Amino acid sequence: MTSTVTSCPVAIRIQEDDFDIAREIALLTENRTDIGAVVSFSGICRADEDSSKIAALTLEHYPDMAEEEIKRHVDEAISRWPLNGVTVIHRVGRFMPGQNIVLVLTASQHRKAAFEAAEFLMDYLKTSAPFWKKEESATGTGWVEAHARDDEAAARWTRS
Amino acid sequence: MKVKYFAWVRERVGKAEETIEPPATVRTVEELIAWLSGQSEAYAYAFEKPKVIRTAIDHAHVKADATIAGAREIAFFPPMTGG
Repeated sequence: MTSTVTSCPVAIRIQEDDFDIAREIALLTENRTDIGAVVSFSGICRADEDSSKIAALTLEHYPDMAEEEIKRHVDEAISRWPLNGVTVIHRVGRFMPGQNIVLVLTASQHRKAAFEAAEFLMDYLKTSAPFWKKEESATGTGWVEAHARDDEAAARWTRS
Repeated sequence: MKVKYFAWVRERVGKAEETIEPPATVRTVEELIAWLSGQSEAYAYAFEKPKVIRTAIDHAHVKADATIAGAREIAFFPPMTGG
């Protein structure tokens, strides 16, 4: 197959190692002339959660399910938007504030599809991919609670 | 069937996975949660708020009324907080 007009390569990785956004974009767009837009979303460990200071975050996941679940949502994104490439990288392990946690790249001919698909994927990554965050702060450690606002963000993509 | 636990459900149960053999009368996810809750205080604590618990059968999310017949692997965990 030499046609690249409608191809949509998908890369999904769950890893402890950091990622290099520029390198991932280069991999996605290499030898392609059909891509006119790449949207990049990075999720980064922040120090402030509500009013408490976070010292570190630990990400636990369900290895056998995580990749399959992400793939299901990537497939849905591809069916809903004219995408020319998708990369999703989710890191696991222990993170300090400022470190990368997640990367979503969406490529399309035009920006609207790329923006929307990236947002769709992030909304579902937060609410349905099997990852859990544990916070360490001055007052102790505890599991991060899911936010209703994340469920609401994902629900707006539900088609009636 | 194999059962896996994650995050605070794992911590409360006290193990990451095990093999269980519930009686044939246990047919759905919610019945399995009720049965497990009766096995020990650790399970009762993990499943004290059954509506909060999320379940996956063979790596796909299911609802509480899903049948467990034929399931190879059932996983219980809190609402997800990744991304």
